[in-house]
Amino acid sequence: MQINKRSLSDKLKEYKKSPMSALLAILVYLAGIITFAVLIYLVVYILVRGIPNLTLDLFSWTYTSDNVSMLPSIINTLIMTAISLLISVPLGVFAAIFLVEYSAKGSRLVKVIRITAETLSGIPSIVYGLFGMLFFVTSLKWGMSILAGAFTLVIMVLPLIMRTAEEALKSVPDSYREASFGLGAGKLRTVFRIVLPSAIPGILAGVILATGRIVGETAALIYTAGTIAEIPDNILSSGRTLAVHMYVLSSEGLYVNQAYATAVVLLLLVLVINWLSGFVAKKLTKA
Amino acid sequence: MKIVFLIAACTSVLAVVLICVFLFANGIPAMGKIGVFKFLLGTSWKPSNDIYGILPMIMGSIYVTAGACLMGVPVAIFTSVFMARFCPKIIYKPCKQAISLMAGVPSIVYGFFGLVVIVPMVRENIGGNGSSMLTASILLAIMILPTIIEVTESSLRSVPDSYYEGSLALGATHERSVFFAVLPAAKSGLLAGVVLGIGRAIGETMAVIMVAGNQARMPAGLLKGVRTMTSNIVLEMGYASGLHREALIATAVVLFVFILIINLAVSLLNRRTQNAN
Repeated sequence: MQINKRSLSDKLKEYKKSPMSALLAILVYLAGIITFAVLIYLVVYILVRGIPNLTLDLFSWTYTSDNVSMLPSIINTLIMTAISLLISVPLGVFAAIFLVEYSAKGSRLVKVIRITAETLSGIPSIVYGLFGMLFFVTSLKWGMSILAGAFTLVIMVLPLIMRTAEEALKSVPDSYREASFGLGAGKLRTVFRIVLPSAIPGILAGVILATGRIVGETAALIYTAGTIAEIPDNILSSGRTLAVHMYVLSSEGLYVNQAYATAVVLLLLVLVINWLSGFVAKKLTKA
Repeated sequence: MKIVFLIAACTSVLAVVLICVFLFANGIPAMGKIGVFKFLLGTSWKPSNDIYGILPMIMGSIYVTAGACLMGVPVAIFTSVFMARFCPKIIYKPCKQAISLMAGVPSIVYGFFGLVVIVPMVRENIGGNGSSMLTASILLAIMILPTIIEVTESSLRSVPDSYYEGSLALGATHERSVFFAVLPAAKSGLLAGVVLGIGRAIGETMAVIMVAGNQARMPAGLLKGVRTMTSNIVLEMGYASGLHREALIATAVVLFVFILIINLAVSLLNRRTQNAN
């Protein structure tokens, strides 16, 4: 839909008559340019300065103070992401199923669940980190460990997964459910066989977004998963993820080049994750 | 099976309750020991002398957030107007993706970018040693852009087209119609976006630590270092013990209360938007 289509000369005539419109238009374009220029500058700057520093040594199996290898942190990141998603995805999706398929509309419980989910999504990551430290690390005596970090992250990404899964389930047309009931399927079978498969792309897009948050998280992990730069023996040992690795490198100030390299890896990960989620979402709109 | 779903749905409730209980149970006693007023309004933070006043950090957080809003909000609003009403169709998709990429860049990467680009820039062009309130505000202004743009753009898009068309029909230009008919109608969505942005800025930790200088004293000027509540926690939690540790947790309680107030404001604004529609 395009109304008020104007040629350039029309626009210029208008601007001559009304200088304020011209000013507003300039401000709008200027703001757009600033926003995108900052982003492009950030990405290009980090890639240009970082890629030459990506040496093979940085991917060796052990971390030493001579060679601050990032491979252990990458492996930790993968483990952390896997554990967090393994717990948060079923929780989030089941919670969404309850909200969409089972709950009575407008019941008090649903309201409370929604309010708490909203509250969770606004809490800053450092508060999660502190809570994780007080609860998982100290009270449950897990110590600074991958497990404690992963559980902290579970709470952090739960509202995101819940919300996207809820939207995905809501967008499944009721006729699917009715047809399934009509064929004699029960509630549970309908949910798992009919509704959930059609909602998969939407849920997946949310899961990918959650992965992005987990990969980029630092503040919630420093005091829950710790900063030891080794591949963990088991999930109760401490380990730093890539983002924490980068924080340690850049705050020490000794390894700026390596920090650039780590930034490149992080940025590329986020770019891929972002692209994947867009790709999945596009699949959704086609289907 | 319904029970399983119900239990899953109650996890978020349980999480909020646990977070509240653990933070308050560990933080409130410290406030009592130090004295609530001494803690909240004390202007010096010297853990080695058992002096715990977090007013410098509260002011630091507020100043840095205010600075970020001052710079970030106008740019964000104009950009969302650009996205909703000015953007040529061909470049809309890449722009939209760029905004969501911007939201996805980890804060540690923003912080590093601030450290290697914005800090030297401020030091050479404006003065001071670079790590300052101004630098932190600039960086946070960049970081809150995507949050505000996403919310504002969608609220601009939900304004009925008849507003725009009616204004055009009365002889207003495209710009006038957008800014004086469409934008005011999207007011509460716009406010919700700004408040969300404030929440993100006040809760941001890693990026601020790397560029703000982190001196624990009352903010002394735009080009002097500041410490925010969030960075206070991260910087000292590693070695704190006893009352010092509890005071840090109490700092988190104060931060948490700030965030709860902001959340409440957002949900009130959202409710108003829904009622308006």
